Amino acid sequence: MQKFLLQGLLRRALTEQAPIPNPTSIAELGYTLGRTARQKLGRSLSIREVDAGSCNGCELEIHALNNAYYDLERFGMRFVASPRHADVLLVTGPVTKNMREALERTYAATPDPKWVIAVGDCAFDGGVYCESYACVGAVAKVVPVDLHIRGCPPDPTTLLKGLIAFVETMS
Amino acid sequence: MNFASKQIPAQPSPPTCLPWPREIVDRAGWLAFAESLARGERELLSLWGESSSVHMAVLEEREPRLRIVTLDCPKGSFPSVGRLHPPASRLERAIRDLYGLRAENAPDERPWLDHGRWGVRHPCNDPEKIDSASDSYAFLPAEGEPLHQIPVGPVHAGIIEPGHFRFSANGETVVRLEERFGFVHKGVDQLMAGASIERAARLAARVSGDSTVAYSLAFSQAIEAAFDVNVPPRATYLRALMAELERLANHFGDIGAICNDAAFALMHAQCGIVRERILRKAASCFGHRLMMDRIAPGGVVVDLEQENVAALFTLIEWIELMTPRLIALFGDTTSLQDRTVGTGVVSEALAKQYACGGYVGRASGRTFDARKAIGYAPYPQLTFEIGAAKGGDVDARVWVRFDEIRASLRIVRQILDEAPEGPIIAAWTLPEDWTREGAALVEGFRGDIFVWLRIRADGVVQRCHLRDPSWFQWPLLEAAIKDNIVADFPLCNKSFNCSYSGHDL
Repeated sequence: MQKFLLQGLLRRALTEQAPIPNPTSIAELGYTLGRTARQKLGRSLSIREVDAGSCNGCELEIHALNNAYYDLERFGMRFVASPRHADVLLVTGPVTKNMREALERTYAATPDPKWVIAVGDCAFDGGVYCESYACVGAVAKVVPVDLHIRGCPPDPTTLLKGLIAFVETMS
Repeated sequence: MNFASKQIPAQPSPPTCLPWPREIVDRAGWLAFAESLARGERELLSLWGESSSVHMAVLEEREPRLRIVTLDCPKGSFPSVGRLHPPASRLERAIRDLYGLRAENAPDERPWLDHGRWGVRHPCNDPEKIDSASDSYAFLPAEGEPLHQIPVGPVHAGIIEPGHFRFSANGETVVRLEERFGFVHKGVDQLMAGASIERAARLAARVSGDSTVAYSLAFSQAIEAAFDVNVPPRATYLRALMAELERLANHFGDIGAICNDAAFALMHAQCGIVRERILRKAASCFGHRLMMDRIAPGGVVVDLEQENVAALFTLIEWIELMTPRLIALFGDTTSLQDRTVGTGVVSEALAKQYACGGYVGRASGRTFDARKAIGYAPYPQLTFEIGAAKGGDVDARVWVRFDEIRASLRIVRQILDEAPEGPIIAAWTLPEDWTREGAALVEGFRGDIFVWLRIRADGVVQRCHLRDPSWFQWPLLEAAIKDNIVADFPLCNKSFNCSYSGHDL
């Protein structure tokens, strides 16, 4: 263990420069974020991830945001364990009918002001599952969505760009 | 039989499944198979339905030979296998939910994937519209005065998939855990029916994102078996390269996450770095971090450039340097051992009964590995050793994963050294003559993935059955957590890391 700790002192951090936010995301966000919310929240943001039927590909990349290279927390964003503590719901998947109520309840349990970010192509329009009897389709059909981050799955840089754009617009 | 020949005028009936022929049995034959499963002479690989027949794939105990048997059930029911052999029970419940075929005298007749929310019953076979908003579900009882229940999920505290766990606990000790799944059921069986092979391949790649390479490989191998397509040697090596990178990335990610669930964040951070470097290299070599849609029926769609071979060698060397350090960090941290040793034990008998694959089976003495047992290309040409342990606890599962990391590193080195030059995809076209069937068993990071499919004469998928290794691992988690404390559940669960999406389909 000493070796790892010593290396941590001697070497440069692996954490990378922040990516430049995506201009289209900013435009999309401009409409959705109220002035009051900006004053209330500042930059610190708590995110609750909800898998509403994803294949777990999106979860893997969302997980990667916490590794040393991306280090999401430095932007004032962190994942929380309960919707009661969340400002933002990060929703993935084509919203299976068996998860619809759970998603609605999670949304209802999130205190106002709150936002929803739909992550991945499935969350955008149902993706490859859009014609299924078992899926509702886009997350926007179930809860209001403020931002879409596309990709199958979106890589961590794409996720970071979307999230940073989100925070920039808020503060 | 030479399927490429156009001389044969009539379609073979029933369509021959390749490489393992499908045998038609009567009720007595079906029961005989069920009884041999119960006696432990065969292992159950899968059980699946169609409009009016059920199929079973088994592994012969003496020689690792796969057999597929079919029972026609025109009256909509079949003798229950689960009554004699419990591992079949959930598969039978799923068959009833999706295809409406009933297992006679089944030990558990509750629905499994169907929560009553689809608006239809048995959606894959003569669907019947319903109005119900949702069905109630009776959990198994656990009785006694001091017991209390803890319902967990479907939405969990971490960034993980949804499923429901119902704990009955006596103080801190778990008396019974019952799982309830189906929350991420996406209707893959029905989407597959009528899909083109291209679309079906995209669906197969999205059954469980962490095993996308393994699923694409299994699906492609089944298609190639059905159509007698010869995959170019280089493509088999590149497929194995992707499969091993996927295995490495997942094992590092999971080992870190297991330690994180025992509050040892240093290991999590270090393993996360290794995982991230693998994924970045995968992206630069193959154009996608998870290597999704890179394997297609006939071969692979991206070649490995020469400069990337050197880059991969550099990566492998670095991982070879890091692995012993991480092993030392894990093995020398006694506070960590305190949490992992003796926690969540799966007995050898259960692992064998459930034909449990992957690290869960291997940590409990069942060493089955499709790379060795089935021996698909290029693995028979490569030298590697499969990890094994008998402890069956969280600790054993971590050590088996370290063994697998070493094996995968060795395989990747051999692939980079020995991969032959040549084409990367076979030129093949759909013959459009008759219905064909193929099957494959492929070793994903989690265990063996079974695929069986039937392609109609017009080149459209009629039925594609994909069986995730989690089907036979999830039930063992219920057994593993018994008599452990509730607080150790995340640790046990992560050491299994079963797929919800692959299971719910």
